[in-house]
Amino acid sequence: MISIQNEDFSLNDEYSAIRSRAGDAGAIVTFTGLVREIYGDNSAAGAVQSLTLEHYPGMTEKCLQDIQKKAEDRWPLLATRIIHRVGELHSHDQIVLVATASAHRHAAFESAEFIMDYLKSEAPFWKKQKSANETSWIESRASDKTALDRWQKP
Amino acid sequence: MLTIQYFASIREALSRSEEELLLPVDVTSVQALIDHLGANNAKFAAVFNGDKKVLVAVNQTIVDRKHSLSENDEVAFFPPMTGG
Repeated sequence: MISIQNEDFSLNDEYSAIRSRAGDAGAIVTFTGLVREIYGDNSAAGAVQSLTLEHYPGMTEKCLQDIQKKAEDRWPLLATRIIHRVGELHSHDQIVLVATASAHRHAAFESAEFIMDYLKSEAPFWKKQKSANETSWIESRASDKTALDRWQKP
Repeated sequence: MLTIQYFASIREALSRSEEELLLPVDVTSVQALIDHLGANNAKFAAVFNGDKKVLVAVNQTIVDRKHSLSENDEVAFFPPMTGG
């Protein structure tokens, strides 16, 4: 299940929902991404006042569905949930949720990390930060690509 | 009609988010489209010849610049993604 939304989400509600959907799950992993005050090496710009997330409507949904499918093909998952927020966010706001349910913990941990790694490099979202001194687009990081590459190996 | 969309820093650099183009007969690939748009717009040429990477999607799938184009395709240009 996938949502792209402006509104915040409740981890408790999402956990309860995936728990009831997952049937006889032995493990549920939830990952929540938050807005930080400082991004990358741009600390000279000062603390982030707001972060605006832009996306490509249509392609975003398609990409997230594809990432979810890849995870379901690779691990025996009982349920998955992805929420990504867009629009204007502030420091410490929740930005992304990934939850995976499986019979055993390894599948749940690994698939949640796999979904996050793919989402960061392949889903069409872009972050723009506004601080006291400047407004700038956040640059993609080579480490995100490296994180993705390791899933290509057996 | 070809639809062209621009996102994030590319949208800002070009001061446009979307345009439509009647595909010229000699524009049969993504690279030919980039050359065509650059020939008519210095800002566009600067963005595509700059040192920042520009990604291309055709019909919402990332493609390389050799990808062939047809009438009614949805093309999008954007920088590397930074979600999550």
